[in-house]
Amino acid sequence: MRYLYYPGCSLKCTGRSYEESLLAVLKALKIDFVELNDWNCCGATAYMAVDESKAFAIASRNLALAEEQFKNEKEIHIIAPCSACYMVLLKTQNYLAHNAGEMKKIQSALKESGLSYEGKVKIRHPLDVLVNDFGLKEITKAVKHHLKGIKVASYYGCQTVRPLATFDDAREPVSMDELVRAIGAEPVDWPLKTRCCGASLTGIIEQVGLPLSYIILHEAAKRRADVVITACPLCQFNLECYQTEINKNYQNDLRIGVIYFSQLLGLALGISPKELGMQRLFVKPEGVYKAVKGGETVYV
Amino acid sequence: MYSTNGNNIPRIGFYICHCGHNIASIVDVVEVQKYAATLPGVTVSRDYKYMCSDPGQELIQQDIKEHNLNRIVVASCSPLLHEHTFRLAAEKAGLNPYYFHMVNVRENVSWVHDNKEQATEKAKDLARAAIKRVFFHKPLEKKTVQIKPDVLIVGGGIAGIHSALTIANAGKHVYLVEREPTIGGHMAMFDKTFPTLDCAACILTPKMSAVKSHPNITLWTYSEVEKIDGFVGNYKATIKRKPRYVNEELCVGCLDCIEACIYKEAKYPDEFNLGLSKRKPIYIPFPQATPQVVLFDPETCIDFKSHRCKKTCIEACERNAIDLKQTAKFEEIEVGTVIISTGFKTYDPKLSPQYGYGKLPNVYTSLEIERLVNASGPTAGEVVTRDGKKPESVGIIHCVGSRDEKSNKWCSRVCCMYSLKLAHLIKEHTGAEVYNFYIDMRTPGKGYEEFYDKFMNEGVHFIRGRVAEVTDWALVPEEENKLTIRVEDTLIGVVRRIPVDMVVLSVGLEPREDASEIRRMFNISCSSEGFFLERHPKLAPVNTFTDGIFIAGACQGPKDIPDTVAQAGAAAEALSLISAGKIELEPNTAQVIEKYCSGCKSCIPLCPYTAISFKEDIKKAYINEALCKGCGTCVAACPSGSITQNMFEDEQIFSEIEGLLKFAGIELEEKEVEHA
Ligand SMILES: Cc1cc2nc3c(=O)[nH]c(=O)nc-3n(C[C@H](O)[C@H](O)[C@H](O)COP(=O)(O)OP(=O)(O)OC[C@H]3O[C@@H](n4cnc5c(N)ncnc54)[C@H](O)[C@@H]3O)c2cc1C
Repeated sequence: MRYLYYPGCSLKCTGRSYEESLLAVLKALKIDFVELNDWNCCGATAYMAVDESKAFAIASRNLALAEEQFKNEKEIHIIAPCSACYMVLLKTQNYLAHNAGEMKKIQSALKESGLSYEGKVKIRHPLDVLVNDFGLKEITKAVKHHLKGIKVASYYGCQTVRPLATFDDAREPVSMDELVRAIGAEPVDWPLKTRCCGASLTGIIEQVGLPLSYIILHEAAKRRADVVITACPLCQFNLECYQTEINKNYQNDLRIGVIYFSQLLGLALGISPKELGMQRLFVKPEGVYKAVKGGETVYV
Repeated sequence: MYSTNGNNIPRIGFYICHCGHNIASIVDVVEVQKYAATLPGVTVSRDYKYMCSDPGQELIQQDIKEHNLNRIVVASCSPLLHEHTFRLAAEKAGLNPYYFHMVNVRENVSWVHDNKEQATEKAKDLARAAIKRVFFHKPLEKKTVQIKPDVLIVGGGIAGIHSALTIANAGKHVYLVEREPTIGGHMAMFDKTFPTLDCAACILTPKMSAVKSHPNITLWTYSEVEKIDGFVGNYKATIKRKPRYVNEELCVGCLDCIEACIYKEAKYPDEFNLGLSKRKPIYIPFPQATPQVVLFDPETCIDFKSHRCKKTCIEACERNAIDLKQTAKFEEIEVGTVIISTGFKTYDPKLSPQYGYGKLPNVYTSLEIERLVNASGPTAGEVVTRDGKKPESVGIIHCVGSRDEKSNKWCSRVCCMYSLKLAHLIKEHTGAEVYNFYIDMRTPGKGYEEFYDKFMNEGVHFIRGRVAEVTDWALVPEEENKLTIRVEDTLIGVVRRIPVDMVVLSVGLEPREDASEIRRMFNISCSSEGFFLERHPKLAPVNTFTDGIFIAGACQGPKDIPDTVAQAGAAAEALSLISAGKIELEPNTAQVIEKYCSGCKSCIPLCPYTAISFKEDIKKAYINEALCKGCGTCVAACPSGSITQNMFEDEQIFSEIEGLLKFAGIELEEKEVEHA
């Protein structure tokens, strides 16, 4: 099966290494995909709060484009890796499916640009595709470096599995832990998987955002995680880039790698850190590097 | 024999009821009455204030005699309410009651319309349809069946126990079948019971032993109903008695064998204590278990696995009661009525992972706490956490698996009350600070609000809000090594974090896992959430849609003990059937016209009441009229049209439709009605 790939804005800038690593992994596993032509910003969460109709129109344009581009395929599955994009697309689809009035408005807006949206497209998270379509057994078979002894804190952030995802439990998601196990590493049992990192507040009102990130990093360190993996560009940014700031505020010396789950998976599959965009990290996940021995791995 | 009043030319009496203002305020009853008088076949047409009243009924009876009426149509309320009344009235006047037909101009007309003119027209149409229909009515005979006096009760919780004793005390024989090795159900697990805080054992165990010793009760524990067929008054059941590997007649419950077991230490999770203590492979569920008979668990007994045990238990048994070769026994019984009292199960809190049950060791279910506070429980009544510490603070979370879109939508009715009880008992046993986290406190019942009041004054804390999570991550040093309960306190509008040593989840009540199998076996219904469905929520709360099968207790819906015991009045329903000795069956049953039946069998699996069988010798379907409920499924499904149903024959239905079609503007040719 061929997937459509919808990067969203983050994966082209701050979250570049998410795109690099995810695409490298998809290629390594021979998962066929093609980028959505002429895609636009999903509107993110901010737009929803300002003007819902416009927000739905912006997001649904991507869904309409997907139906157009894949009109000859049996099924249309679109991979949305950024958790905000994923949630916004799901929310749009769900809202339009249950709200005929809004749907009519959106249809007429899309028609202006020669598009139409039928609701056929399936919005997929890459975790869902890897764990459920490709399968954990197949992943284990493809592993070149079993990440023995590495303790991993799986961190979803608030949007990945909430409120509309169906591939995992919203209160106690397990797909990332299963993936971690499939590549030989050890998931740490911790209760903050879906707690908010502070999101955009960290950039605006630091005194609200920072403590939220601190809570997550502190608990991960306390549970002896070697690395935190995440599926959200904003979470990755907040948790990694503000560590110095957090240490200053809380008289601490936290230093813990925060990487994309696709980077960890890529390392296990024998892809070089460079191809996975890991040279862009501020905090090097030393423990993980040490575990990756032999093979063609080039250390950065 | 009923008369048809001389001849078969219909002489119809039509009556329309005012029902006070209920009908007359919207339907012009006089106009309908006058209109009906003009229709062919109508001899008498009247309107009256209350047709169901005694004078109303007498009016019909008098007319039958005076005017030689042989068909009666009453336009009033729903047939569910008064069909029986009017049939009886007709019967008393000597007319076969099935010459009567009822039209609903209240629920179907006056209560649902507000345009007087149109409502009156509709009433006329319905009246005309009924008048056309009764031309083809036939006299029918009710069948009576005898009721066997013995009763089968399935489930020996407090509901089953109370029903069994009521019936046995009335001199009738009861077979009480309980799946577990002892009767008592959930109540046997409790220490004290709300709202009186009296000791559960003190009130329950005397009833349990009364069951055991009652000459009119045959008690089969560790048993299940394997099969049941038949119909009201005449059920045949097969009961499977699972092997205990101990002869029940010989064992006196001295427990010497348990002492003598070669396992010196108890090693296996004790089911009755929900795994909070251990038992040996030979055990008795609890000291007051009824019957006082031990049993073996073949899964854990060495001899069942390797046949190489020294069998010290057998040596120790002076009465030679142990029989390791025992096999399941099957008993065949015949009963007239059945009471199902299989109770409930509690919600599995692992399905609400945010509360950490199964992961965080000091999170307990309410049922586990019932065992912990129990003087004869695993800790002899001492409340300690799994790491052996006495808790200084305890949080009780209400509505786990109740009133929740994600799990069960219903209120489980007993949790607020038992949470109060547990708060009190925990405080009494440990002196801990106790927090109740509730959405709404629901304490309706005699003495219940007073119970709530008492514990508020005792210093138990009440925090209003659905708990978000129970977690072991600490935000501040006071939370280290504690369980933190995160909740929005909706009364003061802040999110609170409350560190405690022990968390109790007040789990809701659910249908048993096998409720749908029981439903199928006994041919009863379940409501959408899976509890057994009563025939009428107010007026027939213990009856089911299958005659002779009753339900009692928490299997019908969440209930506390007082309500459960009240429901054990199912016994009274069974007794009233028994003392009547026989029951009349409605004749609206279906019959196979053998001449036309092709023996295709397509009707057989469709019958929801398993009333249809196949006569192999003549290769025709056969309908047992005692089982048939007149649902009409087979009639509609028969490809050769060879099944007919009394009161729903083709010509009756077609003429009724004709009567209605006239309204739709399709004036049908007035056919010469054949007065068959
Ligand atoms: C934690 C907790 C505390 C409570 N505290 C109180 C209290 O203090 N006061 C109060 O009034 N109420 C209390 N209740 C409610 C009380 O438990 C019920 O009202 C009562 O147990 C209902 O009795 P029952 O006989 O209908 O069901 P159950 O007690 O569930 O008994 C049903 C019996 O049927 C048996 N059975 C089930 N299926 C089959 C089958 N297929 N074949 C044969 N046998 C079968 C079971 O083994 C069981 O013995 C509490 C409930 C809970 C969960």
